[in-house]
Formats: sequence, structure tokens, C-alpha cells
Amino acid sequence: MYQFNFQPVFENLDLLLYGALLTVRLSLAAMVLGLAVSVMGAVGKTSGIRPLRWLIDVYVEVIRNTPFLVQIFFIFFGLPAIGISMSPNTAALVALVINVGAYGTEIIRAGIESIPRGQIEAGRALGLTPVQIFRYVVVKPALRNIYPSLTSQFIYLMLTSSVVSVISANDLASAGADLNARTFASFEIYLVLTVMYFLLALGFSTLFATIRRVFFTYPASR
Amino acid sequence: MIREFSASDILFIASAARWTLILSAIAFLGGAIGGLGIALARTSGGTLLRRVAAGFIQIFQGTPLLMQLFLVYFGLAVVGLPINPLLAAAVALTFHASAYLGEIWRGAIEAVPSGQTEASMALSLSYTDRMRHVVLPQAMRLAVAPTVGFLVQLIKGTSLASIIGFTELTRAGQIINNATFKPFLVFGTVAALYFILCWPLSLLARRLEARMRRAVTR
Repeated sequence: MYQFNFQPVFENLDLLLYGALLTVRLSLAAMVLGLAVSVMGAVGKTSGIRPLRWLIDVYVEVIRNTPFLVQIFFIFFGLPAIGISMSPNTAALVALVINVGAYGTEIIRAGIESIPRGQIEAGRALGLTPVQIFRYVVVKPALRNIYPSLTSQFIYLMLTSSVVSVISANDLASAGADLNARTFASFEIYLVLTVMYFLLALGFSTLFATIRRVFFTYPASR
Repeated sequence: MIREFSASDILFIASAARWTLILSAIAFLGGAIGGLGIALARTSGGTLLRRVAAGFIQIFQGTPLLMQLFLVYFGLAVVGLPINPLLAAAVALTFHASAYLGEIWRGAIEAVPSGQTEASMALSLSYTDRMRHVVLPQAMRLAVAPTVGFLVQLIKGTSLASIIGFTELTRAGQIINNATFKPFLVFGTVAALYFILCWPLSLLARRLEARMRRAVTR
């Protein structure tokens, strides 16, 4: 009969909690930078410049059709061969930004395309200023349309970020792996890690749902 | 001893891709059975059954696949089974696929107009007949595109099996890289092989989705 031993986990709970903090920080940083990449990608894709559009298509398709694990191996182990070396933490962030940028490009492009031309023309006909049109007719409804995709993308990103532990970048999964190497209470450690990731995901989806209720109840108030 | 990266290495990596495909196929078949059960439970009349299915989906969609793999891998020892990477990967990916397919198919079942269910009830069809002959055939048409899309996610997900030591495409790449130390070429090749497996499926999913949208708006 297997003897459960949670003692090593609870004795080192502070390490795991710090790991969770690092995971949240890494995910938030990757999301913010990834969104910047996504906006550029989406603007480039809706632009008239054909080679640019083609380039962005290649980027999006390559990233979406290869595993994140292989992407991070390529960035961390492969790129130094052509002179681009990064620390594990930097490589982890870069890999996550590149990854989420590809998914985000598609989400934001869909958001831009979800605003019918006629609405902008209607705004003009009502005498709204260009800034007002941009703010109330384009950005807010577009944001509202893509908000669910963006938030679930963030949670997916946070869960995927556990893979950065394979190159020993600092995060929750790495903290668990370190603890496992010292105590060998493998099942117990990964059980607690799984619960912690679940609570993180649950916490963020509750937060996102609240934000949605406050800012995107529409058209009741501005 | 570091040797050159040669054609035989590419062959080794490419032939390891069959384990990626086998693992994906096992997980997809297992996930299809599990997913159907989850989807039916999720749309059933029983409150408890619906809640259990919803909880299953939430747990597996709310935790990293990597953690699920580790849990099953180390969990085998807990229940007294020998530790086996293929078994662990197959079980974990089956659970993973069951949750995602269950959620996709729940959506498809609920998208079938409720009049269809009411009509079958008025005709006094049994639950099994109603599902088999009325609801599921219509739900299936809606589910095809997202199911193919999920297949891409599943194939990519099998790469994580390399971390618990199962030799599929990614792990074959690591092995060759350790012998040749040509990471740029090796992982470039591995990525290209995944792309060859996944891209046609992505294109197919997109085409099916576009066709479905045309059919709905018409």
C-alpha cells in the first residue's frame, strides 16, 4: 500500500507559493507583450502590403501548427547556434510572447473585422468626433467581442507556461521539480501543483468575469 | 563523441513521428468514447450527472496538460502499477481529450434546435432512439470542424509525453541532438515534421468551418 507523505510539500509551501507568483508574473508579462505583437500582427494583416501580410501568415501558421515545447527548445537550444543566446528566463518569456502573439493576431484581426463599416458611417452621420467614433464605435464594441477569447487565451497561456520548466526557467512547475529532486515525494508534489494551477485558473476566470460585468454591460451605460 | 547530423538521423526522427501518430490516435479514440459520455452526461436530465461532467471538464481544462501527465505517471506507482511512459501518456491524453471533446460536443448537442427533441418526444421515441437517430446525427455535422481543430491541439499535446520519457517525435529530436549537437537543424526538422502533420488538419478545419457558416447563414 502506498504511503502518502505530504510533509515535504507543506514544509516547502513558501517555495511553491513563490513559484506561483513567478508563474503569474511571467504569464502577465507574456500576455502584455504578446498583445503588442498581436496588435502589430493584426494591423499588418489588414494592411494593403502584400509581402507583409504573407510574412504574418507564415508566422501565425508556423506557431499554431507546432508544439510549444518544440518552439522553446528551438529558441533556447537552437538559436545560440546562430549567435542568439538567452538565459532560461528570457528564452521562456520570448517563447511565450511569440506563441501568444500568433494566437492573438487572429483574435484581434477578428475583432477589427467584427465592426461593420456602416456603424462607423452612422457615427459620422450622428456628428461624433473621430476620437469619439474610435472610442465608442470601434474600440469598445471590438474589445467586447474579443474579450472572451482574449481572457481564455490568457488562462491557456498560464497553463502552457508550465512547459518552461523543461529549460529550468523559474516558475511554479520548476519550483515543484526542484522540490521533487530533493524529496522524491513526486505524486504528492504534483498533486499540490495541479491544485495550485487550478486555483490560479479559477481565480483569474472569476476576476475576468467580474471585469466583464463591470465594463462591458452594454448598451445600458457608457 | 559528437558525430555529424546525417540523413539517417533525419530518418530516425521521421520514423519516430509514427509514435506521435499512434499516441494521438489512441488518445483520440479514447477521448471520443470518453467525450461522448461527458457530452451526454452534460446534456442529460440528471442534475448530479450534469455537475460531475461539468466538474470533469473544468478540472481538465483548468490544469496544465504537463501536470496531468506527471500525475498519471507518478500515480501509476500509487495504485501499484509498473511505471510505463506509454501507458501514462495514453491515459493522461485520453482524459485530456475526453474533457475537450466533451465540451465541444456538448456545444454541438445544445445547438440542435430544441424543437427536434420535443418532436421526438411527441413521437414517443426512447432516449436512445432520440439521440441516435435525431439529435446526434445533426450535432455531428456541427461538431466536425471544431473536432478536427482539436486534433491539431492533441497532436501538439503529445509532444509533452517526451518529458516523461516516451520516445515520440520530440524525444527522438532530443536524442539526436545529444549525439550530434546540431540543435538548430534538429529542432528545425522536428518543428517541420509537426507542421507537416498539423497544417493540413488546420486547413481542413478552417474549410469545414467556412462551409458550415455558409450553410447556416443561407
